[in-house]
Amino acid sequence: MDLKDKLISSFMAFENKVDVEHPVHDIRSEAFKNFEEKGFPTKKEEAWKYTSLKSLQKIDFSIFPKEVNALENKQVKKYFLQEIDTYKIVFVDGIYSSFLSETTHDGVDICLMSAALTKPMYKQYIDVYFNKVASKDDSLTTLNTAFSREGAFIYIPKNKMPKKPVEIVHFSTGNEASLMIQPRNLIVAEENAELQVIERHQSLTTNEILTNVVTEIFAAENAIIDYYKIQNDAKTASLIDNTYINQKSNSVVKVHTFSFGGKLTRNNLNFYQNGEHIDSTMKGVTILGDKQHVDHHTLVHHIEPNCESHQDYKGIYGENSTGVFNGKIIVDKIAQKTNAFQQNNNILISDKATINTKPQLEIFADDVKCSHGCTIGQLDEDALFYLQSRGIPKKEARALLMYAFANNVLESVRISELKTSINRLIAEKLGVRLGFEL
Amino acid sequence: MLKISNLHAGIENNEILKGINLEVKAGEIHAIMGPNGSGKSTLASVIAGKEEYEVTEGSVVLEGENLEDSSPEERAHKGIFLSFQYPVEIPGVSVTNFMKTAINEGRKAKGMEDMPAKDMLKLIREKAELLEIDRKFLSRSLNEGFSGGEKKRNEIFQMAMLEPKLAILDETDSGLDIDALRIVANGVNKLKSKDNAVIVITHYQRLLDYIVPDFVHVLHQGKIVKSGTKELAHELEDKGYDWIKQETTV
Repeated sequence: MDLKDKLISSFMAFENKVDVEHPVHDIRSEAFKNFEEKGFPTKKEEAWKYTSLKSLQKIDFSIFPKEVNALENKQVKKYFLQEIDTYKIVFVDGIYSSFLSETTHDGVDICLMSAALTKPMYKQYIDVYFNKVASKDDSLTTLNTAFSREGAFIYIPKNKMPKKPVEIVHFSTGNEASLMIQPRNLIVAEENAELQVIERHQSLTTNEILTNVVTEIFAAENAIIDYYKIQNDAKTASLIDNTYINQKSNSVVKVHTFSFGGKLTRNNLNFYQNGEHIDSTMKGVTILGDKQHVDHHTLVHHIEPNCESHQDYKGIYGENSTGVFNGKIIVDKIAQKTNAFQQNNNILISDKATINTKPQLEIFADDVKCSHGCTIGQLDEDALFYLQSRGIPKKEARALLMYAFANNVLESVRISELKTSINRLIAEKLGVRLGFEL
Repeated sequence: MLKISNLHAGIENNEILKGINLEVKAGEIHAIMGPNGSGKSTLASVIAGKEEYEVTEGSVVLEGENLEDSSPEERAHKGIFLSFQYPVEIPGVSVTNFMKTAINEGRKAKGMEDMPAKDMLKLIREKAELLEIDRKFLSRSLNEGFSGGEKKRNEIFQMAMLEPKLAILDETDSGLDIDALRIVANGVNKLKSKDNAVIVITHYQRLLDYIVPDFVHVLHQGKIVKSGTKELAHELEDKGYDWIKQETTV
């Protein structure tokens, strides 16, 4: 039985676990129909030309974990920020771990999707926000919607800001030979609210894991959201990340994606600008080796005038790794005075590594500033010689140049502890000791 | 200290150096002059070990050791320093972090521990002062957006930090105004001792008023065609390079 059939037959079992009378279940059923009809995307579709899900569909994934697996704090401590305190919403094999989590209802709600979907007090938010920005026809998004039950729910009321950043972490224990999980996150920042989120998916073994996650983010007027995705997973972990962001006037949303690991990673990052003077920023650092594959698909839809979007993705590809960057910018006819910038720079450090990069601009307004640029190159030999001539060995010199290359993406990381830990990850990934404190 | 014998080198089958002989002793300053395209910068790059260049004949020996198989970083560890004509811009790495890396890699090669952070800061401050370098400058990205003068001053600052046995200054005077030239030359002179040596590569005599050479060599078509003392530099300044070219052709 292939994965699609298995998912279809699992949906009935799923319906026994949830309240089918709840209005949300109508949304699920509708979404399920869409997935049933469309199935998994294939390479024939333009958006999936360079990323094949075929081999993943042959794996016999468990759709529901058989048992609840406990983890000791010391086993997973290193996957959290160390120096600063954070709120934590932690899942083990897709199931909430209250032991590892630290949630709150103190002026803000940092808690669980399962609570938001079932408790009457959250119904008002679910009615307004749930599945309102996520795609209703993208097959993988609707697959997630159909099975949506658990994940993170964050609601920041007007003028509020949580005391500390929020970490959303998914661990997989490998207790199942192979497991598929579908977390569903909903994040709302009301007017003038501010929020910082770090999301991480971490497999603790080499058993196969497939995560198909959907995150909906709503930034109301003047809200500020920083969202950091750390993708440094095991080589048997695959991730399909579908993130949908709806912004209102004067809001600022920045998403940083650090892709350093995993087997197959697909990031669908979608921004919709429903207001004026909005700032949307997407930054990414990708460092891959082995046979790893990362596909970044971004979309910015400029719907109203006077908004900005900034995209800056850097990639370093070694060994047999493959990368994709596809940046789509749509500027509607009324969205005059739009500033949209897109940059994708790549370094190939192996003859066998490949990158496919494509800007996709659809501009219907006439008074806009849009720029895009992509480069694919090797390390600059003159720069390498310059560093070597100062006594820095070739390997370290290469690392220093690559570090420098990725560095300006890190400048906009506003949690300094996170910046340090990402810096360390980069150094670790490049396999060298840098001669200075990061 | 440095002995270059019958050095032939080139790039992609194009021979640029055609039999260079040069001996530099500790405590000496040598100037290498010559018209454009004579091979001056190639000679500097070959001594520093740039891999693009292929040595087809002859040898470069530093303190009795043939450098043939040494990588650029190994040459640096052995005490060779090249001040670049066109220092490379490296956005994302500050001058300070670059120097820390270079110093500690040099120490690592010698089996030493990293320099304690406090000592490093002190050293950086001391050497920056010597080159009249502002502290703000040190936290800027290496050479990025530096003026010509700032780049060259930064090169000599690196030389001061690394304390090489043999420093090669490749066209260090180009792009410098008179004040920057004075600061750079002053720095070089202060670093000069009886134990180290300097090779100054220049097109013009101007720099040699400040860094006074013991010997002057004229390079033409990949060969040293004339050697002398500092008076030779004055002669070249007065007469230009044409008489050398004619003399060689004859």
